[in-house]
Amino acid sequence: MEKRVVFSSPWLPYALVAPQIAVTVVFFFWPAAQAVYYAFLVQDPFGQSSEFVWFQNFSELLHSSNYLESFKVTALFSVLVAGTGISVSLLLAVMAERVVRGALVYKTLLIWPYAVAPAVAGILWAFLFAPSIGIVSYWLRLAGVDWNWHIKGDQAMLLVVVAATWKQISYNVLFFIAGLQSIPRSLLEAAAIDGATPFRRFWTIVFPLLSPTTFFLLVINIVYAFFDTFGVIDATTQGGPAGATQILVYKVYNDGVKAADLGGSAAQSVILMIIVISLTVVQFRFVEKKVQY
Amino acid sequence: MVENRPWADFTAHAILLIGVAVIAFPLYVTFVASTLAYDDVVTVPMRLTPGDQLVENYSQVLKAGSAKGSHAAVLPMLINSFFMAMGVAIGKIAISIISAFAIVYFRFPLRNFFFWMIFVTLMLPIEVRIIPTFKVAADLHLLDSYAGLILPLIASATATFLFRQFYLTVPDELAEAARIDGAGPIRFFWDVLLPLSKTNIAALFVILFILGWNQYLWPLLITSEESMYTVVIGIKRMIAGGDATSEWNLIMATAMLALLPPALVVVLMQKWFVKGLVETEK
Repeated sequence: MEKRVVFSSPWLPYALVAPQIAVTVVFFFWPAAQAVYYAFLVQDPFGQSSEFVWFQNFSELLHSSNYLESFKVTALFSVLVAGTGISVSLLLAVMAERVVRGALVYKTLLIWPYAVAPAVAGILWAFLFAPSIGIVSYWLRLAGVDWNWHIKGDQAMLLVVVAATWKQISYNVLFFIAGLQSIPRSLLEAAAIDGATPFRRFWTIVFPLLSPTTFFLLVINIVYAFFDTFGVIDATTQGGPAGATQILVYKVYNDGVKAADLGGSAAQSVILMIIVISLTVVQFRFVEKKVQY
Repeated sequence: MVENRPWADFTAHAILLIGVAVIAFPLYVTFVASTLAYDDVVTVPMRLTPGDQLVENYSQVLKAGSAKGSHAAVLPMLINSFFMAMGVAIGKIAISIISAFAIVYFRFPLRNFFFWMIFVTLMLPIEVRIIPTFKVAADLHLLDSYAGLILPLIASATATFLFRQFYLTVPDELAEAARIDGAGPIRFFWDVLLPLSKTNIAALFVILFILGWNQYLWPLLITSEESMYTVVIGIKRMIAGGDATSEWNLIMATAMLALLPPALVVVLMQKWFVKGLVETEK
């Protein structure tokens, strides 16, 4: 889409885009280019000299069991976060759409966790699940569960999934409510007159019509699980125990900042960039499709 | 839809109440813990009714931080967080509202090139290019400064896109009328476009404020002096180590202080928040 009426000035448009372009070049293109450049270098431990090694960093990564393990952890983590988050939010949104009385109150009480920083969300849940003093750990022990996420990898994973999902539910609920409101009333009423139960109406009308929203949220939740959950992990498990919750973005940070392996970390960054770009492309192609029908 | 199904309504309310309760439970426990004395917090099981240490705990963290973890006071951190959130929100809106204006209302060489340059930044979160960005900030002497906290985060395309989409819906007649009346582009922007953009600015502001307040990885890297900590970083540094050695009553008081400002923004400005959230993702 283009404007029919435009202004003209030889210099003004450049002056107007200049601030954003400057910030983008300095803090976006330059660092991204450097990440790509470092990905092909190996530095000696003291940072004195570096050597161009082509794809050695990448091939080392792909042969490192550590890195492949981190890939698996990330896949499991994002499937769990997206799956749980989307199904719980869909249930809550459908229920919130159904009730007439108190709908706004419910909505308000469901959306506030969006405001909580991922790191703070991690700390809240880490406190509830703290092995020795947490209140939920206490209940779990009463129920006979041997709870200690400091030692057990699957329990650590459960903790970060719960904390990450908790924070994201409000976002999903808002989008599902918006999606539900755009479903034509007449369809639902016609089905109701024909005697379809709410359950039947949900599966035959609401759920199929919500699929664009669901797909959009799936992509958003996966991106969230990949990147925005850094705070959750760092504030709780720090990737442990024994790498059980070390998602890719945490490994980039760990290898680059803590282990000072610049080349390896940059190569991981490049792989992550490729993942994000493909996710974005998938989403845009889908959005275009949605506009067409 | 009018339909009489008492059982379905009852189930809906029951599920919603359970959902709301589970979602609110961590907040409630956090609040209770922030009102207890240290000995009560580490007693197993912790009591679930508020204690009487509310004023003591909060004034302790605001003025002096924790005793066992980081000793940094939380009040300056809240101020840092506030400046960072405001800086990110205002900075992003300011640079993107004018660049969107240039891209929509002018034809100039390289227009598409600039557009794509901004567009690409939509794709890459700062987490991915964190180490080179840190090096750039260090080279520019931006470590431990507000400029360093804010500037790298305002390079993003979402706001530009929102304004671009909005400008495209503004009727051409307005620009035509302004030109006939002899108004130049700056006058048109200031007197016509900006007032029309008010609701979009408000909606975007709410989202960006929360985004800025909740930043974690970037401030973690770029701040090493206690005086520059934001509250989200500060709270993490209070955790001393083992479960029982951290002063959870103080940590939880800080957590309340860290989450209340953005939560209030969401609840009090709900209308703008929902608008901003739904529109920035379109």
